[in-house]
Amino acid sequence: MKRHLLSAADLSRDDAELVLQTAAELRSLADRPIKKLPALRGRTVVNLFFEDSTRTRISFEAAAKRLSADVINFSAKGSSLSKGESLKDTALTLEAMGADAVVVRHGASGAPHRLAHSGWVRSSVVNAGDGTHEHPTQALLDAFTLSRHLGRGKAGSLDGRRVAIVGDVLHSRVARSNALLLATLGAEVTLVAPPTLLPVGVDSWPVETSYDLDAVIPKADAVMMLRVQRERMNGGFFPTPREYSRRYGLDGRRMATLQDHTIVMHPGPMVRGMEISADVADSDRSVIVEQVTNGVAVRMAVLYLLLGGAQPGGEE
Amino acid sequence: MAPVPAQPEAPPGATPEPGRVVLDARDIARALTRISHEILERNKGAGDLVLLGIPSRGVPLAERIAERIASVEGYDVPTGSLDVTMYRDDLRLKPARALLHTEIPEEGIDGSTVVLVDDVLFSGRTIRAALDALNDLGRPRAVRLAVLVDRGHRELPIRADFVGKNLPTSLVERVKVTLAGIDDVDAVTIHGEPGTPGAPAGERP
Repeated sequence: MKRHLLSAADLSRDDAELVLQTAAELRSLADRPIKKLPALRGRTVVNLFFEDSTRTRISFEAAAKRLSADVINFSAKGSSLSKGESLKDTALTLEAMGADAVVVRHGASGAPHRLAHSGWVRSSVVNAGDGTHEHPTQALLDAFTLSRHLGRGKAGSLDGRRVAIVGDVLHSRVARSNALLLATLGAEVTLVAPPTLLPVGVDSWPVETSYDLDAVIPKADAVMMLRVQRERMNGGFFPTPREYSRRYGLDGRRMATLQDHTIVMHPGPMVRGMEISADVADSDRSVIVEQVTNGVAVRMAVLYLLLGGAQPGGEE
Repeated sequence: MAPVPAQPEAPPGATPEPGRVVLDARDIARALTRISHEILERNKGAGDLVLLGIPSRGVPLAERIAERIASVEGYDVPTGSLDVTMYRDDLRLKPARALLHTEIPEEGIDGSTVVLVDDVLFSGRTIRAALDALNDLGRPRAVRLAVLVDRGHRELPIRADFVGKNLPTSLVERVKVTLAGIDDVDAVTIHGEPGTPGAPAGERP
């Protein structure tokens, strides 16, 4: 593993399988009376959140605490970040406090990369979502959930499995990270979105694309629905929410065309009635709640593999 | 760490050429049979026993002991595995290591007699880590230790209750246990000339 986790593209297949196998062992911790391991005792993990987040921040916090690390939460509201402090000065503060890892979410794509490679901090940097760029731990937990349901043989192998990622790909860091990671693990990914919500350059991604949801989902082994990120939209990407929902939403009628083993995923937060209907979200196929549970195990695996061993002394 | 003489303490007459076989498959089978009987005798039967193998090679040893106990007592002893990676005191000295499988029998370990099973007892640090790991899993009535080979050089006040073979070694030698199921054959071998400078000392990673 490299010192930082900034992009799903940083992970080789061996790295990704190591994370997923480690997560598989750590998941059993949730069933034990004492949900704690001593591996990161004395290490400090800082959650640096410039954007709002519930599940990701809580998930990282739970993961770090279960590994016995000390956790410091920084959020933009109620800190000097809201007074106009720059990323650099925040980073220098963290460095002075001796953070071993910084988990960063930022509205600007590339902010974690800047933090990791500017020389401001010596700690490991974990990208917890940057702008519309990447969210690698979400992709890892999705891959983990997929391999638990669809895995063939050892943890992490998704060879030949078909995954449809549907919706607002343009604004989705989850879609990009998933496309890269799932391709690394051998899955065949199809992005389904209206033409206006596919990013420029998507043809260079290791994926297929389609505008027709009904044609894609009967062949899929997993369908991942994405939230329409209206807070990032200031133009007409589609005529009306109702039309979007009718063409790209997953409802009971579309769900009936899925194969028996096909699972439905959503990275959350979901907007019921928009990209996914309530009966689909609450159906037996939905693994949305399990994704959250798996998120803690996967983030524990990432933190353990980045921080658990010898402190990287410059070698990478 | 206690000062340990660097000079060979191998038994006189032993010619430790690389890969000298100390126990073959039949020796291992006999040792495990004896250990199984000793466990039963000490515990006055198989009731309340839980066998936990320390991965990787402690696990098949624990399973074999369980088979022997089953054939003698007609009782299936709950058997599992206990990975101690996260509890090791040298965790910070090497890059993060992959975790091995932990599987605790459903009944849990509270109130039972846990027998930890490992292949080689050396510094005792693995067992110390295992005792810490057990502490987070419950409160056994007693914890015992069964090992296939005790090679000496303890660095902690830890001893085994059941030993397949006491094997006096020098620190520069390496004791290697191979078990069918993980490796090709059942064997315990000693590698490394004693006194060779720079020869690697230590048990398996």
